[in-house]
Amino acid sequence: MYFIHFICHFLLFLNTKDTKLVGLYLIELIFFVAAWKIYNLVYRNMSKHVFNNMMMLMAVSFVMLARLDYDFAKRQFLMVCAGMGLCLIVPFIIDKFKYLDKLGWVYAGIGIVCLLSVFVPGVGAEKYGAVNWISIGPISLQPSEFVKIIFVFFIAALLAYTDEFKDIVKITIVAAIYVLILVAEKDLGGALIFFITYLAVLYVSTAQPFYLISGLLSGSVASVVAYKLFAHVRVRVHAWRDPFSDINGGGYQLASSLFAIGTGGWFGMGLGKGLPTSIPVKESDFIFAAISEEMGGIFAICMILIYISCFIMFINIAMKMKKKFYKLTAMGLSVIFIFQVFLNIGGVTKFIPSTGVTLPLVSYGGSSILSTILLFSIIQGMYVLNQDEGRKVEKGKNEEIDKQKKRKGRRHSKEA
Amino acid sequence: MKRLINRKSEKDADIQKKPKKKSTNREILVMTYLFVGIFVFLIGKFVYFIVAESPNIINSTYNKRQDLLAERVVRGKILGSKGEILAETVTDANGTETRNYPYNNIFCHAVGRFTNGKTGIEQLENINLLTSGENPLVAIVKELRGEKNKGDNAVTTFDVALQKTAYEALGNRRGAVVALEPSTGKVLAMVSKPDYNPNTASANWDSLIEDSDKNSALVNRATQGLYPPGSTFKILTALEYMIENKNYQDYQYACNGKDTFGNVVINCYGNKNHGTEDLRKSFAKSCNGSFANIGMNLNLKSYRNLCETFLFNQKLPTDFITNNSSFTLKKSSDKSEVPQTAIGQGNTQITPLHNALITATIANNGVMMKPYLVDRLETYNKDIVKQYEPEEYGKIISETQAKEVQELMHAVVTEGTATSLSGLSYACAGKTGSAEYDSNKSSHGWFVGYAPYDNPKIVVSVIVEDGGTGSESAVPIAKRLFQSYLG
Repeated sequence: MYFIHFICHFLLFLNTKDTKLVGLYLIELIFFVAAWKIYNLVYRNMSKHVFNNMMMLMAVSFVMLARLDYDFAKRQFLMVCAGMGLCLIVPFIIDKFKYLDKLGWVYAGIGIVCLLSVFVPGVGAEKYGAVNWISIGPISLQPSEFVKIIFVFFIAALLAYTDEFKDIVKITIVAAIYVLILVAEKDLGGALIFFITYLAVLYVSTAQPFYLISGLLSGSVASVVAYKLFAHVRVRVHAWRDPFSDINGGGYQLASSLFAIGTGGWFGMGLGKGLPTSIPVKESDFIFAAISEEMGGIFAICMILIYISCFIMFINIAMKMKKKFYKLTAMGLSVIFIFQVFLNIGGVTKFIPSTGVTLPLVSYGGSSILSTILLFSIIQGMYVLNQDEGRKVEKGKNEEIDKQKKRKGRRHSKEA
Repeated sequence: MKRLINRKSEKDADIQKKPKKKSTNREILVMTYLFVGIFVFLIGKFVYFIVAESPNIINSTYNKRQDLLAERVVRGKILGSKGEILAETVTDANGTETRNYPYNNIFCHAVGRFTNGKTGIEQLENINLLTSGENPLVAIVKELRGEKNKGDNAVTTFDVALQKTAYEALGNRRGAVVALEPSTGKVLAMVSKPDYNPNTASANWDSLIEDSDKNSALVNRATQGLYPPGSTFKILTALEYMIENKNYQDYQYACNGKDTFGNVVINCYGNKNHGTEDLRKSFAKSCNGSFANIGMNLNLKSYRNLCETFLFNQKLPTDFITNNSSFTLKKSSDKSEVPQTAIGQGNTQITPLHNALITATIANNGVMMKPYLVDRLETYNKDIVKQYEPEEYGKIISETQAKEVQELMHAVVTEGTATSLSGLSYACAGKTGSAEYDSNKSSHGWFVGYAPYDNPKIVVSVIVEDGGTGSESAVPIAKRLFQSYLG
């Protein structure tokens, strides 16, 4: 990872001869080493593979953003530092606040309030056709990124303690309100992520395939209705079916993205040698196309594999969790993570219509990166907690065995 | 003892708990497989895109990266089938690159131009000409030394001698010539007139665009010109009749030089009286009355189906740009449209390339080969980068049916409207046409045909605008082409 990070920056430097890049590279290097040390201290026995994957993806992000625009990389780096700093308290919170799982309806309320905040006049703002931003003073952020995590806590906390149909209906209604608010904000990707995550957690919690299937069916019906009802949905679907027929209008983004990936081929045009700046929103939603253009299709596929391996490690952690609340939370967070990756990469490669979501850890954007670091930290925190508990139990057992042995030993010696 | 019992009960509790816990994990696994599954599809699609879809997509003129490649690679040459240079990039001492076309106007539509919007092969193979298939290591070394790599050369299917003959034979007349190899679909020659000189296209661009002489010199009539097919369409009318009537040998018609169908009057050319004739003679003499009569008895639905399997109203199976031919007759059409349509007038329109493709399908015993222009890509030192293989589009009609039409087309040469093609050292087959395009009975001359009759090596489609009858204007051109290629 360090090697790739170095090579990429070296190539960038050769191309641009910009000494600022050297500075940025050194600071990033210090950050990676420091983060490794500090996290090893704070998150004792964390999953090192998950942490490495996370760092790798961030390194790719830094490189690509530095290549696109030095300022993007600088701001992204500051955001990451802030995020990693903040998340040092996560294990503490998980460890000390044992009643996290008792606050289901509180989470539900907070989440909805945050989501609705974008409708407050003077605070809400529109970006790329979706009304899902708020700006307070100089800071603008995307509440739905953080609500994702609150949402998972809400459904996990409530579903962990009930199997009753009546309760499930209640929870489903509130979850549906979340999805509808996002639809009203024209944040289709967000709505889809919440929807799929809810279905996944519900299914895991109740073990009823019926919920999953009926949910997927109603989801299909809803998407047909959305297609008929909303013009902006139709535009996206048309752009997806044939981006080249309307290349000067709705199809432009996707067509540029396909040009980029196609021209890059397997081995890429070489860092700094392509034309990723011609892709709209290349620093955020379409960063995958930019990476694929310059670093090649093989690298891009490796990146997808890193995401999948993250997901599988998350799932592993979820399966090891003893407490149902933690299990569901880990499950929900992993689904949020992987489904967002799917929506983004699928949209960029014309596998599915583009939904306008960011690529976790790689896309430029404070809200996105902060919430993803938080997500990783929570899962790491739970992993640590679980291991600690496991160790205590084991320790207990070991002590018992020791005592027995000693007792036996004493008996033996007496007999002798 | 007490402890043992306690342990046992604990174990029982464990067993009772376990199935429930396990089941939740099973659900998690199900979800995991689902997500990993969709990612497998996603990666599959990504690979498929890079391997199969992207070569066509990135060649789009909207892809600005092409100019970027041009800064690193010297554009490759376009070559004739025997290695003649049709287009090359010359770099002068100052490093300025110019694109040269040694054959000037002769290949202007076939090879296309590089400036003012790429056309022809310059457009079709744009990315490949700008890609170097050389050993990547050598390429990198060159790049580091600041040298430009040499792009790959495109070796076309064009027979330069044949193309020259076609160009000269068409002379100053407007029109188009297409020659195909029926067994492979290789385009051997493709000429369209009026023409222009691609070397000076950029300098003369304004006058070319203004087009004050109404020349439309920039249009490739061979692939994009839509003309009424005239009597060449009788090939399909006769074929449909033979498919519908097993006893077509018994067909008889008495021609008076003029006949009335409903309220439509159909004249034979020059009101010539052909007398009593069977199908063979009707076809050889190109009797309009007889074919209008045949048309009136056809099943319009299956007639349309036949035309559409021969790719009317559809995109031709080519990588290059073509216009779609049109056939509008359908089951619900007014009967009065039928006589005109059956003899190739009416609303039917066809491109010269499409007419060549139909003839090639018949000459190739019913199998349609996709027409193609580029035989292979090779590096500047002649290592093959990509070989384009002939591709079958499909079996359009049975071999027996094709043979029946072949016999009719042979009769045109032995006893019909193209007898000037008889007496050569090989036998020919074909069909003439005179397509009326205005109410003054002015007509375009058509000929489609192939040779040798028993082992077709070349198919030609010739149209001479305002040339009068096909026998007078188009057949002599076809003869020169056959002589050039086979003689």
